[in-house]
Amino acid sequence: MKEKLKAFSDSSLFLPVVALAVLLIFNALFVDGFMTIQLTEDGRLYGRLIDILNRSCSLVILSLGMTFVIATAGIDISVGAVVAISAAVVCSLIGGRGDGVAETPMFLAILAAIGVGVFCGIWNGLLVAKFKIQAMVATLILMTAGRGVAQLMTGGQIITVYYKPFEYISGVIPGNILPTNIFIALAMVLLVAFLMKKTSIGLFIQSVGINPTAARYAGINVTMVIFLVYAFSGLCAGVSGLIESSLIRAADANNAGLNMEMDAILAVALGGTLLSGGKFYIGGSVVGAITIQTLTTTMYALGVSSDQLPVVKAVAVIIICLIQSKKAQEMFAAWKEKRNQNNKAATQDPRKLVERMVKEA
Amino acid sequence: MAEKALLEMRNIDKVFPGVRALSNVDFTLHAGEIHSLMGENGAGKSTLVKVLTGVYQRDGGTITLQGKRISPRTPKEAQECGISTVYQEVNLCKNLTVAENIYIGREPRKYGFIDWKTINRRSEELLNGLGVNIDVTKTLDHYSVAVQQMIAIARAVDIEAKILILDEPTSSLDEKETERLFRIIRQLQKRGMGIIFISHFLEQIYDLCDHITVLRNGELVGAYEVARLPRLELIAKMVGKDLSEVAHMDDANDKSKPQEEMFIEANHVSQIGKLADVDLQIHKGEVVGFAGLLGSGRTETAELLFGVESITKGQLKVKGRPVKFGSPMSAMKERIAFCPEDRKTSGIIGDLSVRENIILAMQAKDGMMKHIPYKEQCKIADKYIDLLKIKVSDREQLIKNLSGGNQQKVIIARWLATQPELLILDEPTRGIDVGTKTEIEKLAIRLAKERGMSVVFISGEMDEMVRTCTKLIVMKDRRKVAELTGDQVSSDNVMRAIAGGETA
Repeated sequence: MKEKLKAFSDSSLFLPVVALAVLLIFNALFVDGFMTIQLTEDGRLYGRLIDILNRSCSLVILSLGMTFVIATAGIDISVGAVVAISAAVVCSLIGGRGDGVAETPMFLAILAAIGVGVFCGIWNGLLVAKFKIQAMVATLILMTAGRGVAQLMTGGQIITVYYKPFEYISGVIPGNILPTNIFIALAMVLLVAFLMKKTSIGLFIQSVGINPTAARYAGINVTMVIFLVYAFSGLCAGVSGLIESSLIRAADANNAGLNMEMDAILAVALGGTLLSGGKFYIGGSVVGAITIQTLTTTMYALGVSSDQLPVVKAVAVIIICLIQSKKAQEMFAAWKEKRNQNNKAATQDPRKLVERMVKEA
Repeated sequence: MAEKALLEMRNIDKVFPGVRALSNVDFTLHAGEIHSLMGENGAGKSTLVKVLTGVYQRDGGTITLQGKRISPRTPKEAQECGISTVYQEVNLCKNLTVAENIYIGREPRKYGFIDWKTINRRSEELLNGLGVNIDVTKTLDHYSVAVQQMIAIARAVDIEAKILILDEPTSSLDEKETERLFRIIRQLQKRGMGIIFISHFLEQIYDLCDHITVLRNGELVGAYEVARLPRLELIAKMVGKDLSEVAHMDDANDKSKPQEEMFIEANHVSQIGKLADVDLQIHKGEVVGFAGLLGSGRTETAELLFGVESITKGQLKVKGRPVKFGSPMSAMKERIAFCPEDRKTSGIIGDLSVRENIILAMQAKDGMMKHIPYKEQCKIADKYIDLLKIKVSDREQLIKNLSGGNQQKVIIARWLATQPELLILDEPTRGIDVGTKTEIEKLAIRLAKERGMSVVFISGEMDEMVRTCTKLIVMKDRRKVAELTGDQVSSDNVMRAIAGGETA
């Protein structure tokens, strides 16, 4: 047991999980009914925890794609805008008819939205991998232009979808106990886990991220690997767009996925993956994404307004980053050692011992 | 010794997790002395230097500089004490001018602004003093590595250095440049500077140094006067073996006999600006050397054979079949393997484990979808760790924590795992110790003999190629100038071919 504990505390998952646990414990103590999960009359689970999971799904999915991109020493800041485009596609295809009828079959609309997401990813991938444009600049193009594209699709309107099944993407399908998007996120995580376990894409991505020249000399098609991670990130953004639009049953080109790229990058960083590329931790990113959503929900529960939320978030992020920082850990260890030594010195030197006893008395 | 030492390091200890890198090491340096640190890779030379320059903190012992105890905690503090270092890899900024590089971080000021005139003038004077006449306002990448090295030294010398540490300064220089560097080092010696010179080239050490301190496995073997220590004895001390065993190392190896069958041939192969009209044939079981000075085109030829660069004119044939290589992968499919010259930038994937580094090329060849199961990976890794006697704590150790020689072995293992028919080794022995060097030479011959593998062996050290190869292709100015086979293979003939540009 002790060994297992030690292995866990050394693993990359340790800090993200501890951060999440601290948040949850804080909530359990200070937010009434945080931990309660009830079964409603129509047979679904209901409660704050379920709510957090429900809301964090799209961020979890985004951070999966972002993890790979960052592992290749790149970055994709367009995902928020791609979420908006995907949302615009699915909503405008299904249409905002008041009588609740879909203009296009929903599965076609879903495929189209995901397809557009992949297309955006391919675009980014071409710019970065083939034309060697710096990732930040290349994805900045879509980040700024993307919302414009979404506006064009929706005609500058917020399209509200009344077609009932559309809700089910991020709601509960009658007969189920959990919202569908939790299953979608789970499926995506499992897909990635499968790819990691059964293919060598993980090894190739790490090699490219650590030393692209050496990777090329070892026969890895570096261009292809980089292209694929951006395409996958686009796919993830496409799926997230579906979930985000289904949550509000509408496509809002201005606000859908707003600043989500930052949250996704943050989730990856919290998960222990370095922005300089190389080793990556999928599990860490997933936990990181859930942590960020928990933080948001906690703040709402404590009555912090959405305008002030970023400040609180920033403080929390600073604390988490400090805990993870190697330097800070070293400093803490040095400080502890010094204190121990002082204590020891005090117990060995009778005069100091007396001094200390006097002080304590 | 009568005179007072400039630097005394006593009982230095340094422990890394799991390894005792230095234990109880003493080192003494006098003013006006050139002192060499010798030892195999992993003997602790670099660690000792890093302790001295404040990169690492020592775990025990004392350092005394001119009678004062010092404990530099950062390279900057060491510099302020008067200890300057020029590293193996030039660590200057390529996109800054020469003058900026020399004065970065300590720019002279005038009315609070940087005084460019003084910077440029003084840089020029400084370099002139070292016998280098260049335009100091041009950016650094205009100049060759050799000149960059001089600039690094100029920078070090200007920081009022009392001690100058040169870590493998000659590994990327040719003979003339080396000579020039030595003249400068001797000048500095006359100024009373203490110089620590680290190199793998024995000739250079015997040419230049006064004293040698030998380390082995993190322990001090002894400090000797160069004049009283014959080379063989030095090598014996470094590897910790008897003299009689070492004596055999310089014997000509029992070379491999090439077979009749051709593996690869190049006809009039050119690449614009890099290589002109090169012909060559490599038979099965043949060990071919590419000889020539730096920049003569030997690496370029190897890169063409591996598809790193593509051919603009001419033709390549593998086993009589014309081929076109557009990428390393296309050459790998023809069972060609290539250990590149620069281990650090194009060989190792530092943050990955030894196991992952070994299976990488094999996995790339198999493709992304055909994942080699973990157990199989371990088996392959263990097999090559065993076969090449790679010193690792276990196969999951990160490759960046290995010594240079062991990193090189891992890269060779990576390529052997792909079962190549042609193995190209570009400078496989650069910057690694004598023992491992011999091992790699012998390995090249063994592979050719036992497996009928063709091997290309590229090295700047001629005697090494003479010992190993049955055929030498001599390159000069991006052209092939001679081909030596059989008894013609000798350092003398190579020199003559390079000097005369004709077949000897």
